[in-house]
Amino acid sequence: MSKFRNVKWKQYVAYLLLIAATCYFGFFGLQRSLDRITTILLEKAAVAMILAVSLNLVVGFLGELSLGHAGFMCVGAYLGAKTAVALTASMGPGNELVILLISLLVGGVAAAVCGVVIGLPALRLRGDYLAIVTLAFGEIVRSIFENLPDEMFGGSLGQQAVRYIRHHLFIIGFILVILTLAIIQNFIRSKHGRAVTSIRDSEIAARATGINVTKYKLMVFTISAFFAGIAGVLFSFTQNKVQPTTFDYNYSIEILVMVVLGGMGSLNGSLIAALLITYLNEQLQIVLTGDLAVLRGLMYALVMILLVIYRNAPALKVFREKASIKNLLAKLKTHDPSKIHDDEASWDRVPTKIMVDEVLSVDIQPQSPYTPDKQWKEEK
Amino acid sequence: MAETVLKIENLGISFGGLKAVQNLNLEIKEKQLYGLVGPNGAGKTTVFNMITGVYKPTTGTFYLCGENLTGKSQETINHKGIARTFQNIRLFNNMTVIRNVMVGLHNQPEYKCGMFTSMLRLPRHFKVEKAMRQRAKEILEVVGLLEERNSLACNLPYGKQRKLEIARALATSPKLLCLDEPAAGMNPHETQELMDIIRLIREQFNVTILLIEHDMKFVSGLCDELTVLNFGTVLAQGETKEALQDPEVIRAYIGG
Repeated sequence: MSKFRNVKWKQYVAYLLLIAATCYFGFFGLQRSLDRITTILLEKAAVAMILAVSLNLVVGFLGELSLGHAGFMCVGAYLGAKTAVALTASMGPGNELVILLISLLVGGVAAAVCGVVIGLPALRLRGDYLAIVTLAFGEIVRSIFENLPDEMFGGSLGQQAVRYIRHHLFIIGFILVILTLAIIQNFIRSKHGRAVTSIRDSEIAARATGINVTKYKLMVFTISAFFAGIAGVLFSFTQNKVQPTTFDYNYSIEILVMVVLGGMGSLNGSLIAALLITYLNEQLQIVLTGDLAVLRGLMYALVMILLVIYRNAPALKVFREKASIKNLLAKLKTHDPSKIHDDEASWDRVPTKIMVDEVLSVDIQPQSPYTPDKQWKEEK
Repeated sequence: MAETVLKIENLGISFGGLKAVQNLNLEIKEKQLYGLVGPNGAGKTTVFNMITGVYKPTTGTFYLCGENLTGKSQETINHKGIARTFQNIRLFNNMTVIRNVMVGLHNQPEYKCGMFTSMLRLPRHFKVEKAMRQRAKEILEVVGLLEERNSLACNLPYGKQRKLEIARALATSPKLLCLDEPAAGMNPHETQELMDIIRLIREQFNVTILLIEHDMKFVSGLCDELTVLNFGTVLAQGETKEALQDPEVIRAYIGG
């Protein structure tokens, strides 16, 4: 009995809830009794959750601001769709699941390769400069796909895609979310994750402690891009056509808002925020019609601004402390923080979150020997 | 005769026209406690930055146990066996004390564990994590931080943060431990405690220690040998007592 109590169930809440949701909706999905709106919402939620969790790896744990996540997704979506179309033509109907899995792999690996490509300059740049590079990367990828000859990826009309069976796709989507969460969470909760968070906290000290900063930055960018590619492929299977305009700069910001809203460095938070934003987005799409549809884009800006004000405003300090979930929980049960439990490295009691502004405003001092331009001068 | 751990030959660096350190020669024997002192701006930390790979020296070479490490990257130098602490503390603030030390253990060959092993949670992962935690606890016990192992590094008082930095550096199992002003900002009681800890570390971890310090009581009580720097050049070198009584040294410190 005591052994059961020792299981840190808090670590597994997200998995349990996700599995429960998959089973619940999957049951109706297999019976084909879910309506169109619900299935589409679930599909979008699955895509958003994978994206948010994978971006959190870069922004929350590595502490680098990446604004090009939609670019990786774009690569995955296009190549996944292309593979699916080609395979469907050669293998014919009846092999949908096999085609989906192969496409996922192709899209994911292609995006991971792009992750390496963007990761290489990322090793030299930091803070705002890296954000600019990733932002440019996202736009470049999109416009490459848009401007390639029409025979290759459909040009500005978009790449033909294969729509997967509507009632089944979200089940696969949710399974992918669980896998993504498991892999990224396991990565973070290991010695490798510790190395990554150490780079976030102090790159200079991490280097001096013998952490291979280059290797880990590249690794994180690649993993994150791989899962963004997976999300892209999944997205392509929800569409009849993959259009380049989907993956614009606003989409990258949307993913970033999910990560910031959920708390940087908190994977569960990312999941919840992704669900919330997707749901709100769908509802607003229904409510705001015609000319008002433009206002939908305002939501992200509002969420971001309110969040930053809430986290930083001195006037709200008392309220923040009162309303913090941690303190509310502490009130509920007689939790004694001074008591030392013998599970130092257990992750549920270790805060992994960082504040927004720690990532968003990285100041690089011109005198620091670590600025890229200084090293360049020395080489000359 | 003890073996030479660190040998510096003719080391120098200039930033533009400023010669921050010139013609530095020194030799540190195994298990020695070696001090590097000098007035502010003498170039002590610059020497540390050169031998840990932050700066690339413009002239000269240095050897660790006979191996030339000049111009190597910080990571490589750390793997070869030079660990350091920082003058302005640089801890992993958002991580707990024990995890700070565990980051230090990251590169030890006995705790090797691939990325996919961790991702798939193979048995090796759990074995390694458990062993690392155990080792980290042992190191923390030596520096006296075992009780605080679960608190965040940024919540520790100043003196304990310095000790944690030493513990983290020790976790990389260095041959040479470089301490940059370990006693700065400590009260006399804490300083005394730190001296005991440094002696204990030397015995338990078999490590050679090079330290920069301003507190002369600390230096004369602890160091076997000294190098005194002023404006990047060596003023005096040798046994602690003799070096501190050198008239040049007294003039540099007191003036006149």
